[in-house]
Parts: sequence; structure tokens; C-alpha cells
Amino acid sequence: MIYSYFPGCTLKNKAIDLDIYARRSAELLGITLEELPEWQCCGGVYPLAKDKIATKLSSVRALAASRDAGHDLVTLCSACHNVLKQVNNDMRTDEYIRSRANNYMAPDAEYNGEINVIHYLELLRDTVGFENIKKKVVKPFTGRKIGAYYGCLLLRPGKVMQMDDPENPKILEDFIRAIGGEPVIYAQRNECCGGYATVEDKAYAASRAGKVVDNAAACGADMLITACPLCLYNLNKSNAENKLPVVYFTELLAEALGLKEENDV
Amino acid sequence: MSENNICREDILRISGVDTRKCMRCGKCSATCPAYDEMEYHPHQFVNMVENGDIEALVESPSLFKCLSCFACIDRCPRQVEPAKLVEAVRSACIRRQGHNHLSADAIPAILDPDIPQQALVSAFRKYSE
Amino acid sequence: MQRIGVFVCHCGSNIAATVDVKAVAEAAKHESGVVFSADYQYMCSESGQDLIKDMIKEHKLTGIVVCSCSPRMHENTFCKAAAAGGLNPYMVEIANIREQCSWIHKDMPSATAKAIVLVRSAIAKVTLNAPLTAGTSPVTKRALVIGGGIAGIQTALDIADAGFEVDIVEKEPTIGGKMAQIDKTFPTLDCAACILTPKMVEAAQNDKIRIFSYSEVSAVKGFVGNFTVTIKRKARYVKEDLCTGCGLCTEKCPQKKVPNEFNLGLDNRRAIYIPFAQAIPKIATIDPDYCTMLKSGKCGVCSKVCSAGAIDYQAKDEFIDVNYGAIVAATGFNPIKVDKYDEFAYAQSPDVVTSLEYERLMNAAGPTGGTLLRPSDRTHPHTIVFVQCVGSRESEDSTKCGKSYCSKICCMYTAKHAMLTREKYPDTDVYVFYIDVRTPGKSFDEFYRRAVEQYGVHYIKGMVGKVTPEGGKLKVQASDLIAGKQLHIDADMVVLAAAIEPDKTARPLATLLTASMDTNDFFTEAHPKLRPVESPTAGVFLSGACQGPKDIPETVAQAGAAASKVIGLLAKDHLVCNPCVANANEMLCSGCSQCEKVCPYGAITYSYKEFRMPDRTTKLRLVASVNAAVCQGCGACTVTCPSGAMDLKGFSNKQIMAEVDAICK
Repeated sequence: MIYSYFPGCTLKNKAIDLDIYARRSAELLGITLEELPEWQCCGGVYPLAKDKIATKLSSVRALAASRDAGHDLVTLCSACHNVLKQVNNDMRTDEYIRSRANNYMAPDAEYNGEINVIHYLELLRDTVGFENIKKKVVKPFTGRKIGAYYGCLLLRPGKVMQMDDPENPKILEDFIRAIGGEPVIYAQRNECCGGYATVEDKAYAASRAGKVVDNAAACGADMLITACPLCLYNLNKSNAENKLPVVYFTELLAEALGLKEENDV
Repeated sequence: MSENNICREDILRISGVDTRKCMRCGKCSATCPAYDEMEYHPHQFVNMVENGDIEALVESPSLFKCLSCFACIDRCPRQVEPAKLVEAVRSACIRRQGHNHLSADAIPAILDPDIPQQALVSAFRKYSE
Repeated sequence: MQRIGVFVCHCGSNIAATVDVKAVAEAAKHESGVVFSADYQYMCSESGQDLIKDMIKEHKLTGIVVCSCSPRMHENTFCKAAAAGGLNPYMVEIANIREQCSWIHKDMPSATAKAIVLVRSAIAKVTLNAPLTAGTSPVTKRALVIGGGIAGIQTALDIADAGFEVDIVEKEPTIGGKMAQIDKTFPTLDCAACILTPKMVEAAQNDKIRIFSYSEVSAVKGFVGNFTVTIKRKARYVKEDLCTGCGLCTEKCPQKKVPNEFNLGLDNRRAIYIPFAQAIPKIATIDPDYCTMLKSGKCGVCSKVCSAGAIDYQAKDEFIDVNYGAIVAATGFNPIKVDKYDEFAYAQSPDVVTSLEYERLMNAAGPTGGTLLRPSDRTHPHTIVFVQCVGSRESEDSTKCGKSYCSKICCMYTAKHAMLTREKYPDTDVYVFYIDVRTPGKSFDEFYRRAVEQYGVHYIKGMVGKVTPEGGKLKVQASDLIAGKQLHIDADMVVLAAAIEPDKTARPLATLLTASMDTNDFFTEAHPKLRPVESPTAGVFLSGACQGPKDIPETVAQAGAAASKVIGLLAKDHLVCNPCVANANEMLCSGCSQCEKVCPYGAITYSYKEFRMPDRTTKLRLVASVNAAVCQGCGACTVTCPSGAMDLKGFSNKQIMAEVDAICK
């Protein structure tokens, strides 16, 4: 199975772990991820203002390139996924945005939302299958109580993202079970970590993330997993005594599949 | 009229929100994680935009406290989407000359070695034009 | 040659303000066959009707056209007037120049032009009308009530009281419905069981009433006065005539882990069970999904302990056909599933419950014996938060696709729960989060005010936004819109007032009954104001919450009203049939049987008939024939017939084409 792959800027730098473990695991699971050539930053946040077209164009370019390559587009970072999926939805359903964007770009072939944007987790669930992952696990996380942290961007807006029930998701919990761990369900798993507010007000973001960490700890989690570099950053910042280690889910996947080497970290 | 004449119609157009759909249940403000940081809360954005009370919103620091977490959008029983109003007012605010909320000069001071690029890109998208 | 009279009604200013009625009357005069045309202020008035009678005689009219409101309003009035004037009532046509013209246009010239076209078309049709005579059909003097909740029970009791036979079909093993699960009733706080169970017993003991419990309607044929209904009697694996209801089997059954639906899964029952102590009929039922004997052939304990020998593991579903004159839908409601609203943590914590579950937790016959204990650790809750409007009053485009209507009963039962909680446990803090408090009923607002003023329930205008279970508490984050605050309450229980929706069986039943429903799957009434308990399908009546959200007094009132309509129907020996039925031209019929397939009433049959051929031989051909007593005149067959052999009396293809031609002229 071949997919186009949009890593996004953070995965080339601060969040390199999120990326390398994902690629390594995908290979073992029979998935080929072909990184889009010349992809550009998605912008980090979906522009909610209806009259913002220019800030959606980098996403449209990535989507059109993926269409031209003939593959659906796989994302990994929650923010990139949210932006690309929402823009793709605009290109499918919003005539105003579609015509404006196509006019701006004047591509050879207009882009009308032909491809699907798929998150790596959806790939694991729907294409590989958690049952198959379970069979390939060599180092299961038996007895580990792991809290899934979804944040906002993977799930909402639910109507567009359609990954899972936005209020009672289970994709990450099923993933945790597949790698042998015990998922810990806690209510703050789909509440905001503080997001970009950390740039100008660290205390504000930390208080948000603190609520998440405290709730997860109170519910018995001994570690948290996430798919978002900014979530990871905020959760770690608010978590000074390192009450709960926070890692990317792909790191656990690679470790469970026996693909994590001693000198990796 | 506020500076540069930002009016109710501008906000409605930029946001695509129909404020008349609101039934005043307050669920947006009940679920908002940024509530304590805000001077005006999501349900007040809806009400104040409807009443044309834009100037107070444009001048309010609340604009930069919304986390764009989409909780009010998903949980609103009437699909009013208050976060889109906050974004529209914020956009209208920073589109005015000299009203960028974040400038590149400020970045070195707040940078720490772990901060992901994503945070900076997002903040610039939200706070500056 | 027809002699046609045209009468143009002003309807006060309803028509005359937008349509130039004099011009319409004048234009009609020039149509072929018209010998009289006039306008009049109110055609439906007695003097208007007299005008029709007089002009029929004076001008020897053979047909009339009345230009007025919708035929749904006054067609009957004008047909009767025509008959009184000596004209066949089927020689009357209505041109609807009110709903379809004056009410929807603003500009007089264009409205007048359209009215003239409508009149011309009606004249073209009436020219081709032929006198028709209505036949009659007999009425089966027995009624069927579908659903055995308080609505169905009350309807059945009232019909039986008038001396007619009535059957109740109930899908559960017992009648009683939702009311049997309720603890106290608002606003009087009398015990629901105390007022319901006497009615259940009365229904069981009434010799005019038969109760088919654990049964479903599986097919409906026929029409008003003459329905044939197939009732599926589901195998309960217990012989109803032998079981004494002693309950020994329900104590000895080793399969103890079956979620008890009567207590909404808050406790367990056995695989053989009697839903509750006052169940009617008091007969055990084996749940085939859990019985190990039925699933694997090993066990048989209930059979061994049953001294009456009532257990029958070989039982099969049975189907019986019964004839009825009238059918009443009383299928009731259910609370919605709240799994899409997990910001309230219903799936995450057992201490978040729905209001109906709370009802069971307060009930002496419930899983906690009437002591309010929270499900997680069976301790007394000290802080309880009630959330109103969960899934009600949502816009159709909302993320959670909730109900667009107000569920109506939640404000009152929540006030009741809050009040009863404070009365029994005064050390409990009770918060009710509301959007609006809706109490439009007799003594309702007083009741709600009592909850606030006398019992100290905290009513807070606002909604709950998030519930976070943590450390044995439920951290409730909510808005207080009056105080302008976001509240954080550490609660022990959260109670969700889930929206109510029609029972899932209502939609397939409506299909069987050809009864119409709205987009929410509530049955629609024949007229929202004037015929609230009748379905638009003749002979089908509506009782209780299957027609819309209702509390108990409203349900009982509507149940009685439905019964009175049924009694009015069953009291007749014969019903006048609609003569506008289909008939097949056997010479044109090719025997393709397509009409038979589309007929929703089963009115068309095919049989071989002998035909004389031009060469004097005879030939057997398959041809359609219509049972005029069953045909409802829907016209589906006439448009389906590929050879034009089917025609509808009073609405023949020729007449329809003449109308279209007149419009296009």
C-alpha cells in the first residue's frame, strides 16, 4: 500500500521522533509512505475566517500534489491533520473557497477534494488493523497504564474530522490495547492543552495542560501518549516534576514492534 | 462606530455565523477552557455581535485568549459556532494597520529550546497579519 | 350537453382582496357549457349554499364549480348543498383560489389571471364528470390498540366501556409501559404504581379486553372498518394458560447476569423472569438471548422446579389473524441514548445517570430499594447536578444531530426529582441547570416554584459544558449566565434529562398502517388542531406520546379522545365507501400484473376470463379486477398501467388531460 505523506515542519525538527518511529513502523506493517516533494507548512491552525483564502493555499498545494501522485494523503501531526482535512473539506463542499483557491493557484488541473486525508492512526485502525498490529508486537507494554491524550485537533470539529466520536473516542485506546498496554480513560483527554497560547503566556497554557495531567494521573495513568508536538510540549511544561512521562504514540508503536534501538533517544 | 468602521455585518460576513440561531443556553461558555482568562466570554461574543456592540470586542484582550479548541463549535446545540466569531473579530482587529498582536522582534525573548515550530507558526497566524 | 354553474366566493377579503372575483365570474361565463356564473361574499354560509340549491333548479344545472378555499375545507359542504338541490354530489368541482392563489400572491392582476385559469380547468373537468353512487361496507365491531402503556390501557378501557371488543398488543411481556417505571407523578406527587396498577388489573379483568403481551403486529391488510391484522405472538417458552406466576423459576434460574431492562440495566435479573411484581399478565418469560437451555440444551432448571409444567422449550412464534374495524397506535416513547453527549461523562462514570434511571434509583421497587445511593459505591450522594435539555432543542445541523423539539416533560420531572431528593435527604445540595423552565400546565409553575422556594433547589440559568470524573467526584464545569460566571461544582451524581423520542417500532408500524409520520417519527394527525387524535389514514387513531411528547394527564386525555373516535366508528353498522375508485377496462388489460404490485391496499386481483374473439373462437385471458370496497382511490395503478386500462372514477385520465389542456390553453 502506497500513500503520500505530509510530515509537516515540526516533524523535521523538534518532533523528529514522531516521524522516524512512524516511518519505521509503517515499513514493517507493509505501508509505504512517500513524502510529498516540496511540501510547505500547513500554517499550524485552520483559518476559521471565511474570507481567508491565501492561508489555505499551502494545504491545497499539498492536496493537489497528492492527487497528482495518485495517492491518498497521510498525516501524522494533529495540527497538520486538522488543517489539511478541514481545507480538503472546504475544497469538496464550499464553492466559494474552492473557486477562489483554484483561481489563485491556476493549477493545471483544478483541485476539488478528490483525495482523502488520512491520519496515521486511521491507517493503523482501518488499513493495517489493530488485530494485525497485535500479532506483530514483540515487546508488549503489559501492565502499563497509558492515558491517551487526544487534545482538540484530532477530533474536532467532529463533523469534518470524522475520526472517532469526538466526546468518547476510542481509537487511541484501541491502539494502546493493540500494543499490550492498559488504556486509562479520563475526561480531560479531549480538552485543550493550552495550544499556541504558550507563546505569549506560559502560565496560562501550563494551567490548562495541568488540568489534563492531573486528571490523567488521578485516574491512574502512568504515562501519556499524544500525536501532537505542541500538546507534548505543553503537557511536559506543566508537568515539571515529570509526574507523567509524555511520549508520541509512534514511539510506543516502534518499541512494541521491536524497532526502537538503544541509541535512538 | 469603531476605528476603521468594523461593523456587525463585517463580522457576520467574515465568520459566516448566524447569531440569531443562538438560544442563550450558555453551553459555549460552560465548556470554554479559556473562560477564566477572558473578559468577554463566548456567549457574550454571540450576543454582542448580534447587538452590534463590536467596538468593545475589538479592544478586548479576550480576542487573544481563545485557544481555537473547537469545543464550543462541537458542543453548541444550535450550531452557532462562537469560535468563528472570536476569530472574525480578531482578524478584523489585527487587519488594521499597526495592530499586529505579535511581532517577530518579540520572539527571541520568549523562545525556549523545546518549543515546537508549530507553536510559533500558529501564534503568528492567530496574532498577526 | 352539460349545463354548468360557476360560483366565485369572496371569502370576505381572503380572496377578494387579491383576486378580482367579478372578473373571474365574468370570464367563466364565456367558457363552453357555462349557463350561470356569479360571485358571492361567503359561499359556505347558509345563504351561499341556498344560492347553489336555487340556481341548480332555476338553470337546470348538470354540474357546478365552486371557486373558493381548499376542497379539504368545504368540498363536503358544497357537495351536500348540490345534493339538496337535486344534483349528484359528484358533479361538483372545487377551484381552489384561496390557498393556491389569493394567499400566495400579492399582485391582483396576476392573481386574477391565475384564478381564471384554475376555474377554466375545473370547468373542463366537471364537463366530463359522471354521476357516481357511493356503496357501503360493513364494520367489524372490534378495535386493536397497539401498545400497552397508560395510553393504550386507557384507550382500551374506554372502548370496552362502550361495549366493544378490544385487543391490546404489547411487545413486552407485561403491559404498563413507561408509567410502571416511574416513582411519583408531578405535580401531585402521587405514586405512579398506585394509580396505574388498578387500571392494568381492570384491563386484565374486563371480558371485552384481550391482552396479547409479548406480541407484535406483523401485517395489516384491509381498510377502515375492515382491517385484517396478523399478530406475531413471540415464543415466551412458558405456556400462558399453565403458568401461575408463582415466580419460583425466576429465583432458581442459574443465569443471574442478565441486565434488568425494567431497572434500565442498573441491576440484573434471571434468564427466566417476570418484569415486576404487579406485571400483567403475571407470567414468566424466558429470554432466549441468555437462557443456556435454549442456547446449548444444557440446564432445564426452570422446567424441573415448575410444578405447573408450564415450561416449553420447544415453543415457536405463532401468528394469528384477527379482524378489526379500527386501529389505535399507542406505541409511546423512549429517552434517547446519550452516548453522543459524553462531555457529560455518561459512558465514563456510573454516577452520571439519565432521569429515568434516577427514577428507578428513587423507587422502592428499584435496584436500591428506594434508598438513593450512587451506583459506583452505593453511598449517599450529597451534591447532585441536574442537566436539562440533553438532546432536545438542537438545530438540525448540530454536530450531535439531536432533536429539534422541546421534549416537554423534562422541566417538570426534574423539578419533581429535585424536590423529592431535598425532601428525603435535606443534607443534599441540588442544582438544576436550565435554559428555560417550561411549566405550562395546571399547578405546574406553582410546583416548580415550590421546589425553589420551599425546598431550596438551586436553579441556575445556564448549561453544563463538561463533566470530569476524578477522585470519586464528578467535577462539573458549567455556566451561570445570571451571575456571569463559570461554575465548578464537585458533584456526587449528575442526572441528564435526555430528550424523548418515539419508540423505534413506530416507524415500521406506520409503514404497515400506511399512516404518515413527521421527520421525527411522531405520527402525524389528520389536522393539527381539529383532528388531533386521528391519523390521515381512515380508521387509524393516535393515542399518547407516539403523536408528540406528552405528560401523563395529556396522554390519558388523548387516549380517551382516541377511544371516543373509535367508538363513533364502531357504532356504525356500515360505512359509506368512496365511489372514486379504480376500475379496469378488461378489453385493454394485458394481464401484466404491474397494478397488483403497486396497489398499497391489496385491492387488485387477477383472474382468467373467457373472451370471444373476432373469429368466433373463445380465448382465456388473465385480466385485472378491482375490489371497489378495498380500493382507496389513490391512483397508483392508473399511472402504472402500461396499456391505459386502469382508470379512476371521478379522476379519469381523460378528465385530468382536459384539466391540463384548459390550463395550457
